[in-house]
Amino acid sequence: MVEHRLGEESPRHLVPASVYIATWAALLILTALTTGVAYIDLGVYNTVVALVIAGIKMMLVVLFFMHVKYITGMPRIVMIAALFWLAIMMAFMLADELTRGWTPFAHSWGSGVILPLLPHLLR
Amino acid sequence: MSTVVAELPQAPSESRPNYLTANYGLKSWLLTTDHKRIALLYLVSITFMFAVGGIAAVMMRIQLIQPQGAIVEPETYNKLFSIHGIVMVFFFLVPSIPATLGNFLIPMMIGARDVAFPKLNLLSWYLYITGSLVLLWAILSGGVDTGWTFYPPYSSTYSHTHVVAAGMAIFIAGFSSILTGLNFIVTIHKMRAPGMTWFRMPLFLWSMYATSIIFILGTPVVAITLFLMVLERLFHVGIFDPAVGGDPLLFQHLFWFYSHPAVYIMILPGMGVVSELITAFSKKRVFGYTAIAYSSMAIALLSFLVWGHHMFVTGQSVYTSLIFSVLSFAVAIPSAIKVFNWTATLYKGSISYEAPMLYALGFIGLFTMGGLTGLFLASLSTDVHLNGTYFIVAHFHYIMVGGAVMAFMGGIHYWWPKMTGRLYPDLWARLAAMIIFIGFNLTFFPQFVMGYLGMPRRYAVYPPEFQTLNVMSSAGASILGVGYVIPLIYLIWSFFYGPAAGPNPFGATGLEWKTPSPPPTENFEEIPVVTEEAYNYPGKKAVVGV
Amino acid sequence: MSEMAHPAPGHHAHRPELSHQFETVEQQREAGTLGMWLFLATEILFFGGMFTSYLIYRSLHPQAFVIGSHLLEVKFGATNTAVLICSSLTMAMAIYSAQTGKSKARIITFLVITMLFGLAFLGIKFYFEWYHDYLNLIVPGVAWKYQAGWGTHGPVVQMFMVFYFVMTGVHALHMIVGLGILTVLIVMTARGRFGPTYSAPLDISGLYWHFVDIIWIFLFPLLYLIGGRYTTGGH
Repeated sequence: MVEHRLGEESPRHLVPASVYIATWAALLILTALTTGVAYIDLGVYNTVVALVIAGIKMMLVVLFFMHVKYITGMPRIVMIAALFWLAIMMAFMLADELTRGWTPFAHSWGSGVILPLLPHLLR
Repeated sequence: MSTVVAELPQAPSESRPNYLTANYGLKSWLLTTDHKRIALLYLVSITFMFAVGGIAAVMMRIQLIQPQGAIVEPETYNKLFSIHGIVMVFFFLVPSIPATLGNFLIPMMIGARDVAFPKLNLLSWYLYITGSLVLLWAILSGGVDTGWTFYPPYSSTYSHTHVVAAGMAIFIAGFSSILTGLNFIVTIHKMRAPGMTWFRMPLFLWSMYATSIIFILGTPVVAITLFLMVLERLFHVGIFDPAVGGDPLLFQHLFWFYSHPAVYIMILPGMGVVSELITAFSKKRVFGYTAIAYSSMAIALLSFLVWGHHMFVTGQSVYTSLIFSVLSFAVAIPSAIKVFNWTATLYKGSISYEAPMLYALGFIGLFTMGGLTGLFLASLSTDVHLNGTYFIVAHFHYIMVGGAVMAFMGGIHYWWPKMTGRLYPDLWARLAAMIIFIGFNLTFFPQFVMGYLGMPRRYAVYPPEFQTLNVMSSAGASILGVGYVIPLIYLIWSFFYGPAAGPNPFGATGLEWKTPSPPPTENFEEIPVVTEEAYNYPGKKAVVGV
Repeated sequence: MSEMAHPAPGHHAHRPELSHQFETVEQQREAGTLGMWLFLATEILFFGGMFTSYLIYRSLHPQAFVIGSHLLEVKFGATNTAVLICSSLTMAMAIYSAQTGKSKARIITFLVITMLFGLAFLGIKFYFEWYHDYLNLIVPGVAWKYQAGWGTHGPVVQMFMVFYFVMTGVHALHMIVGLGILTVLIVMTARGRFGPTYSAPLDISGLYWHFVDIIWIFLFPLLYLIGGRYTTGGH
């Protein structure tokens, strides 16, 4: 009887210390990078770069320090699900906040977006 | 020294101790890690909180007998509906089936000795008790009047009631739920008996698994939401205050992100119970096992995509409202699939009408009505008319009371012989079920009508033309109250004096019915090996799980 | 406790670290790991509510949030980021030492260094940042004074600082809990509980510690580097 629940899902693995040290070094470099880039004027891309670097750092911690690269099964699914649910919350809430003013009344917050489109929409 | 339960006369066939008799004394109960004892601890606590919420409801219905209000001032009435909502949602319905039947049955149904983390399970109960005590303190010190929804700026700035305490009580109880959900997911993943594949599990477990997903992903959001609201109140800083660039709708978004899935936390376990009851009392395999299993998971996902339908009239973006409206129609589909499958299970079944079945049949009818009326609310234009009226109140009570509470009652009755080793008097049980059904409909059907005609909710006084309907509703509530008291009496009576129940008084399938009643502490002497599908009643062979 | 079940007859040899509800130590380890990941999922949603709110207000009031961000000192934020990254390394090394059968002293050394990094983080935050914010009157609801240069953005600058204190405060709370967990782990290690065959409490505590690090990895750019530091006198 194959008992997949009895520990064969993720066999014990040993991550070499060199991997940890390389990850640590990469994280420090990326930290220095993101700090340095903040002092360069990239306009709106400052935020993009900062978030991309943060995302890479997160993936390094998750994959190597938290061993997700070396295991299979539920932990990966749990993490992806949590991030997906967070994305749902952010997406729908932002959608409301940013489109609330898109009403076709003059002087409303986003009327600059909708009013020019109205003749086309109502044709 | 035995202080909690009287000496239990052992049924003659029992020679070894069961989980009730294995140990006596207050400490053995308050420090237990046995999931079955924890389930009973929860049962007692939530029954008490149900009574607290029920008392608030009784006072509300008495108040509404007269258009000018019969017994309390509007300020007090505000506290009554707030307390009723907070207690019933957070301290009764959310834990009800999961913490009692879920705790008791999940290990037994999968053939395990206990849940994955028994001590965490006990901690869950203590967190629930702590939250309950904080709330009870808040109630006794003057109550809270913000509604169970705690909208700022009233809650954070203008209310002079115990908002912080109530918020913190819910925060603490929320962690109880989170740990319970965590425990259940790990238990179901890692502790199934050999041969118990996912598709051989009883459908109750699929429902509990889906519920636990919602516990894990939704509850933390209401925790942080209430935390932020409390901070705004305590430090007088504007997080949701428009005067400082804040947005009151931000609170509502965060609040409903949890609170809509929360209503599915409240109904999914009930659906799981009904799946068990329908098949057991039709002596027939459930129709469409896979459909019911997958629909539970679909509900868990879709429930998180519809929260904006609580905000159609708040000034939310009309474009987002459109999306939420469409998704709200979609979320009705998995629930409808279940109703169709239950009905198909009944067809050509060998149906018997014991009390649990009466509750299950009542659930199917009343839940369907509640669900269908939800569609009126999902539709934007009709919601504008119906929002804030008694139509909404009737809609959710049909689901919460006509659905969830009836499923809870049905499940308690069905598994009572297993939990206590005693049989209750079925005649009284059927009578109570009928009284509850009649009382319930008399209470809440008039509310659909009065809501449609324009009677607002949360009002302590109302125009005289609504009086007839209100009086009908209050009369129904008194009948409903009687209906709830009767089981309390005969169930407690049966615990001490009822005839002994055998291992399987209803002749049902399932691992829990293969153990003695009550079961021994470790559930199974030997971990069973499962070779058959979940509901292997004689008849047509099933397609899955074989 | 007599109400705890004895293993059923014919059961495997009883290992002391195996709880009665599990059949094997591997099952127990996997259950513990899955449990911790589920808990971290709840934390993602818990912090996520704050991140979402922050995101929304930042989108609605970008200039005020830049002003607010410039009230924070990058050098402290960056240093704290480095401190936490180092603490994650030493935490990983503590677990590695246990898994490779190194001495108790070695494991404890790594755990202690992790704690020291954690304390350093909290020290920088509470003294150099928060205390000085208090002295500079930019703690909303506690010690607050609107500055003339903020103009009409003043109230939203206060909102930014509310988010700063709440988000870093909740994060710091999680750090403190982490320090408590580390203390317990040190005691358990000293009692010789861990080795190549059993290190589950270390493993899952490591997951928690790394997660707290990840939260800060996002807090740092979002709070300190918003809108860039290339404008007036980034410091």
